[in-house]
Amino acid sequence: MTSEKVVDFNDVVIVYDDFPAVAGATFCVDAGEIILLQGPNGAGKTTLLRACAGLLQIARGSANVLGCDLQTDRAAVRSRVGLLGHANGLFQDLTVSENMSFWSRLVGANKIDIDQAIDAMGLSGRLSETPVAKLSAGQRRRCALASLIVRRAQLWLLDEPHAGLDAQGRDELDRTLRAARDSGATVIFASHEIERAQSLATRCLLVTSGTVMPV
Amino acid sequence: MKKSMGKGRVVSAVLIKDLRIEARSRVVTNQVLPFAGLIMIMFAFALDNDDVLQRVAGGLIWLATIFSLFVIVQRSFAIDTVDAALDSLRVAGIDLSAVFLGKAIALTLQLMALDVVLIASAFLLYQVQVSAVGLVLLVTCVTCATTGLGFVGTLYGGLTAGTNGRETLLPLLLLPVVAPVLIAATRATEAAFGSGGAATSEGWAWVGLLTIFAAVFGIGGSLAFGPLIDE
Repeated sequence: MTSEKVVDFNDVVIVYDDFPAVAGATFCVDAGEIILLQGPNGAGKTTLLRACAGLLQIARGSANVLGCDLQTDRAAVRSRVGLLGHANGLFQDLTVSENMSFWSRLVGANKIDIDQAIDAMGLSGRLSETPVAKLSAGQRRRCALASLIVRRAQLWLLDEPHAGLDAQGRDELDRTLRAARDSGATVIFASHEIERAQSLATRCLLVTSGTVMPV
Repeated sequence: MKKSMGKGRVVSAVLIKDLRIEARSRVVTNQVLPFAGLIMIMFAFALDNDDVLQRVAGGLIWLATIFSLFVIVQRSFAIDTVDAALDSLRVAGIDLSAVFLGKAIALTLQLMALDVVLIASAFLLYQVQVSAVGLVLLVTCVTCATTGLGFVGTLYGGLTAGTNGRETLLPLLLLPVVAPVLIAATRATEAAFGSGGAATSEGWAWVGLLTIFAAVFGIGGSLAFGPLIDE
């Protein structure tokens, strides 16, 4: 594996409840790319993202993420990636700032990082002291993105990141992802909003029936 | 990415998070405590005999504690699974044994608070009495028993967190495992109360068993929790 390759999947099979959700996926992602995974529902996009985060066992093939072999060293990958799935991964009874503080403490981020992330996602002021359960779906998504920002991950994995966001939130998200790329991170995201996503991505991959092809 | 924090600080972060959520949602205060109190009152009505109630007070306290344990454990993991925060914890690259310890300590503290109320209600409803030496035994028994229940509850809560039908599966799996705690804590509490003429000194052997139980599930849980959550 070269040092530029952040993700290197070769004939990867991932079995989910006896079903091969990923069936022989082969693709590479270089450092600094913003990759769009597009494809129909159930094609395997979410499974690929979760596999890249080290959450799923590889049944067959070879898979390296950030230089770590996913067959043998999934735990090492996790501290270096940031994953935003369909759910937001937030604690509903805590406020935005309490959620941010919790996730920031886990990764050793400081208050300045937290404030910057909250500002970047437009959640400062009264909203930051509001329990997540009382926020709108879009505001919760922003909070989840803010907690992802403070992680300063080397690889960002996002599943439908634009979902639930208003126009301003989508623009802020795109700016955030470009800024992450500019600071050396790599981004892989799945989206059904093809037009916006394609303008953001540096390269697109089509996922169908658990296989990956360039668009 | 910045260097991840040490294990001790993960433990404290998870502990503070769980207690803060309880303080805000008040599920234990407003639902579990009244539920446990009702168990004590219902038994008082059902048995309706002061001598019998004094004799079985220890067992009733620990039965109410264990029934309440199921509710608190399910609540403890519901807050982590409702929005997939448990997945986020897995991806955070932290030592999951620290998450286990943080959640177990939070659970233990909640159970201790619950037992203080249950024991107070036993004094009130069942007219049990305790000597100074018995009080030392009682406090030690509550500490060891709730610590063991905290560890085993967290371990089995993690085991069932991602499963369908976890509400019914958890009691089914947990009841046989906590049977030694029920027996030992009941005997130790009876000794502390002097129920049925039991001597206080008889209770310490049972406290020893509770300590071993807590140690086994503390160590075993720390080792097993991460792989269980991962699968």
